[in-house]
Amino acid sequence: MTPAPRLRVLAAMSGGVDSAVAAARAAEAGHDVTGVHLALSANPQSFRTGARGCCTIEDSRDARRAADVIGIPFYIWDMAERFRAEVVDDFVAEYRAGRTPNPCLRCNEKIKFAALLDKALALGFDAVCTGHYATIVTGPDGRRELHRASDQAKDQSYVLGVLDERQLGHALFPLGDTLTTKDEIRAEAERRGLAVAAKPDSHDICFIADGDTRGFLANRLGTAEGDILDEDGNRVGSHDGATGFTIGQRKGLRIGRPAPDGRPRYVLDISPVNNTVTVGPAEALEIAELTAIRPRWCGTPPTGPGAYTAQLRAHGEEVPVTAEAEGDELRVRFERPVRGVAPGQAVVLYDGTRVVGSGTIAATTRARAGATG
Amino acid sequence: MPYLDHAATTPMLPEAIAAMTEQLGLVGNASALHAAGRRARRTVEEGRERIAAALGARPGEVVFTSGGTEADNLAVKGLYWARRDADPRRVRVLACPVEHHAVLDPVHWLADHEGAVVEWLPVDTVGRVHPDALREAIERDPDDVALVTVMWANNEIGTVQPVAELAAVAARHGIPLHSDAVQAFGQIPVDFAASGVAALTVSGHKVGGPPGIGALLLGRDWTPTPVLHGGGQERDVRSGTLDVPAVAGFAAAADLAAARREEFARDIGTLRDELIDAVRTAVPDAVLNGDPDPAGRLPANANFAFPGCEGDSLLLLLDAAGIECSTGSACTAGIAQPSHVVLATGADPDLARGTLRFSLGHTSVREDVKALAEVIGPAVERARGAGLS
Repeated sequence: MTPAPRLRVLAAMSGGVDSAVAAARAAEAGHDVTGVHLALSANPQSFRTGARGCCTIEDSRDARRAADVIGIPFYIWDMAERFRAEVVDDFVAEYRAGRTPNPCLRCNEKIKFAALLDKALALGFDAVCTGHYATIVTGPDGRRELHRASDQAKDQSYVLGVLDERQLGHALFPLGDTLTTKDEIRAEAERRGLAVAAKPDSHDICFIADGDTRGFLANRLGTAEGDILDEDGNRVGSHDGATGFTIGQRKGLRIGRPAPDGRPRYVLDISPVNNTVTVGPAEALEIAELTAIRPRWCGTPPTGPGAYTAQLRAHGEEVPVTAEAEGDELRVRFERPVRGVAPGQAVVLYDGTRVVGSGTIAATTRARAGATG
Repeated sequence: MPYLDHAATTPMLPEAIAAMTEQLGLVGNASALHAAGRRARRTVEEGRERIAAALGARPGEVVFTSGGTEADNLAVKGLYWARRDADPRRVRVLACPVEHHAVLDPVHWLADHEGAVVEWLPVDTVGRVHPDALREAIERDPDDVALVTVMWANNEIGTVQPVAELAAVAARHGIPLHSDAVQAFGQIPVDFAASGVAALTVSGHKVGGPPGIGALLLGRDWTPTPVLHGGGQERDVRSGTLDVPAVAGFAAAADLAAARREEFARDIGTLRDELIDAVRTAVPDAVLNGDPDPAGRLPANANFAFPGCEGDSLLLLLDAAGIECSTGSACTAGIAQPSHVVLATGADPDLARGTLRFSLGHTSVREDVKALAEVIGPAVERARGAGLS
């Protein structure tokens, strides 16, 4: 076996344990690694405020400490403006339109493997390395393929399903082969002397530091009381802003009156125009088909309909589908109806462990009757 | 590894290391009355005398601090408080916009918390304050000025200020002028008495002494309100047990900085000129920031703006090529910001983002400049490809 070529690698270091171990592994593999921390948000909870408006505190310090221990150069790049324009504004606009976006995919597509990668390549780097759990393998035709992580439980290929072949060609995921638990990654960090070993995992949405997505949205979209309706259009409750809801949501509806059948009700539809939220029983969530837009292919786009599996949420299960690309649309038909599919989320298609591509869910067709979304 | 960041910190001189390490094994609080204390006090006072002599001051005018930042804070805040307490009308602070953050931030703080009215003195395109501008600012109302602070020479672009002339303007109205001479000491003549300034900041580690020690030279007529309260060890304006080994190291370095200054300025100035030529040859459109006249800038300083480049990108590329330099003095762990100094000279903001400072020192050799000359051209070309994000 020939040794892997020595690459000039830019390691994105968030200040967390995964990206620190990833950078350490890349360096240990003999690559020429430089660490970079992206300053992404002007969040007062994570930034020192002041006349100079600079210096992230905890996370950038942790990332720098890790880089120093690994023994690699370290820089902070300010991408807050790009991040706000490409990720945060899009996130808010999607919710405003009644959809449920996944900002992590957006960030990978537009920031980490676009703005960051482009700058890295321009500066002479060969690849960007992150702490994602996913694997890149060279396929039988010599092309780079994105696959699920060796450990399915930790797999993060879903949020990478937006990367095209060029982006994959410059990506390095040193944690993808890890058949270890998170505790073992922490143990490895500790063994390497990385102080982030015991750092808690980050929130799902990095720019909402307290995890209060509804509060974040309410601040930007305002709150306006509106009606919660049942499927027949009867008013069954009220809410203080339709935009904070997600299709399939059950908790937090605060409907006083129980349903006639006494069964739980779920959000079926969100109409920002009328500021209404429609609720109904679980079966009404079942969809048979969806249409996705903005397809992204991790390699050659498939021709004609094909049998794949699909994943619809970051930690969702895999379901068998038939999918077909038609121009700028991706039509996905489920073998068995699935529940709680929210427009705005990504559908990622897999062929075995290989990521085929993804699209942003635009419309769904109910299994029972009528279309929603 | 070519080290072109001496203005950030410069290697300790062997003489300073020897003087300091000799003290490290000894015990004695310089304020104590017993023999160990007397010995420590003797070391401190000898150090004080040597530092005073190196800077044209009297020993009693040397107030030891933990460094340049503390000395600047003591001068700016302390003189403001004392002057305002003596006459409540005195709330105006006349400051120069190209100051180091150790002066800028205390000035901002006084405005935010202590009712100071800050007036930024205009600077020209090389960052220089003109005595007429100061005269005009003072004469609008001499009675409400608490203090004036203008650095001796700029840390980023090396511009030397006409400090003696400015101090004379202030002195005519009995107003104290503080000058941060951290970068000037050892490079150009700094004579405290002759300059007429009320207070002057110097730092140990910029002249080959240890980090963690500096001094405020303070005329006997001035008693700033303390920033640190405690035992009152230094003229009752600064408290804290004196760091005897650091004083010894600082004194040894200060001695040599003064003794070798002329020779150093001549040799390092020649090397600096070669560096400027080399950069201009490799990157013809590089813009030299600061005074192009060697008489008006620190001999060890060169500062360029590289159009179309992000300073940070250049730093990364040069670091990878083994060249250690800096974008200026901005916060070291932070996000690249356009240089406030270069902005204050009226430069285009995009240009202010692409600045690099190359600063020479006592260990600099011609090979350092040659190494830079080889890599700066390709680095700038590559950084331009990455653009301004």
